[in-house]
Amino acid sequence: MSIAQFLTIFISAVFIYNVILSRFLGLCSFVAISKETRPALAMSLAVMFVTTMSSIITWFIYRFLLIPFNITYLRTISFILVIATFVQFVEMVIKKISPPLYRFFGIYLPLITVNCAVFGVAVLNIDMFFINGEAIRASFYYSVFQGLCVGLGYTLAMLLMSGIRERLDFCNVPKAVKDFPLAFIIASIMSLSFLGFNGFRF
Amino acid sequence: MKKFVKEFLRGIIRENPTFVLVLGLCPTLAVSVSLINGIGMGIAATFVLLGSNIIISLIRNVVPDRIRIPCYIVVIATFVTITEMTMKAYSPALNRALGIYVPLIVVNCIVLGRAEAYASKQTVVNSLFDGLGMGVGFTLALILISGIREFLGAGKLLGHTVIKGFEPMFVLGMPSGALLIIGLLLGFFNVLKNRKA
Repeated sequence: MSIAQFLTIFISAVFIYNVILSRFLGLCSFVAISKETRPALAMSLAVMFVTTMSSIITWFIYRFLLIPFNITYLRTISFILVIATFVQFVEMVIKKISPPLYRFFGIYLPLITVNCAVFGVAVLNIDMFFINGEAIRASFYYSVFQGLCVGLGYTLAMLLMSGIRERLDFCNVPKAVKDFPLAFIIASIMSLSFLGFNGFRF
Repeated sequence: MKKFVKEFLRGIIRENPTFVLVLGLCPTLAVSVSLINGIGMGIAATFVLLGSNIIISLIRNVVPDRIRIPCYIVVIATFVTITEMTMKAYSPALNRALGIYVPLIVVNCIVLGRAEAYASKQTVVNSLFDGLGMGVGFTLALILISGIREFLGAGKLLGHTVIKGFEPMFVLGMPSGALLIIGLLLGFFNVLKNRKA
């Protein structure tokens, strides 16, 4: 466990393999909610929280339930169920404890259940930090940190995109590419510029 | 019989999951680097759609309304696991190429969307044809996108060089190329739709 390792995870999760622009996870929410900055921010914060928490939970499940009982093929089923339950639970807790926060997140929390980014991080953590069914050293910290960084990358892409799309409202664009098609073309140019981070070496 | 054909064709053209409903784009963009990956992903997703639609439509009167989504997810996840294990056993190369996007079929919006919007309300046979149609529509969309990307991005189709001396545009093989192609295709289909209207 070293600072350099964490830095590598940070750079690659936020910039090089950005969850939206390079891995294409969570695209549905990305094009649907990025029309204005405020909802985009709410969604991003909710995603960041859930990716971090689900990284923690799924690591424990994989390490202490699936590996000892030799049932790692149940990974998909168990992870998706746990994530769905967790999101429901968080929603209930927030509703009870802090109604203003609940109004801020609003409908975006339940949407996260089927957000590919959350489930994708869980699977990615297992693929990267478990080798032949054994956890590598400090894999727990790496997993949690990667969950947080993927959330950060999601936030970065969402904020950039919503800023651009808010300004696009004042532009005169061809009718055929209005909304979805244009959002994808913009995302493509953004992804192209993120390609520049590929040259980073440590 | 005519009705079933209609159910089947609806998923291919009028309600094409990729170009009309704009659902389930994550795997569409990520795996469409080459035609063979696109076809593999399409077949896997079709199998999951077909299986989950049939089972969900069978249990639609038994499952309580309040816990239906978790039940549907378990059914879908089961089929995804079957697909994953089969692919690992018979086609390890394809499994490596598709990577984490095989387990990710479970969060593909099309599958849960069809379960919730269609299979939970319709008869088994209708759901079967709907699942098949949606799956084929998804596969055709994947073939179109991955065909364009492989042809222009690598100058090949199914791994064979098509035109000698063709200088490939590498950017189309990269993530940004996928986003560009889908954006332009969506725009193109909008033009067709507007002209018809």
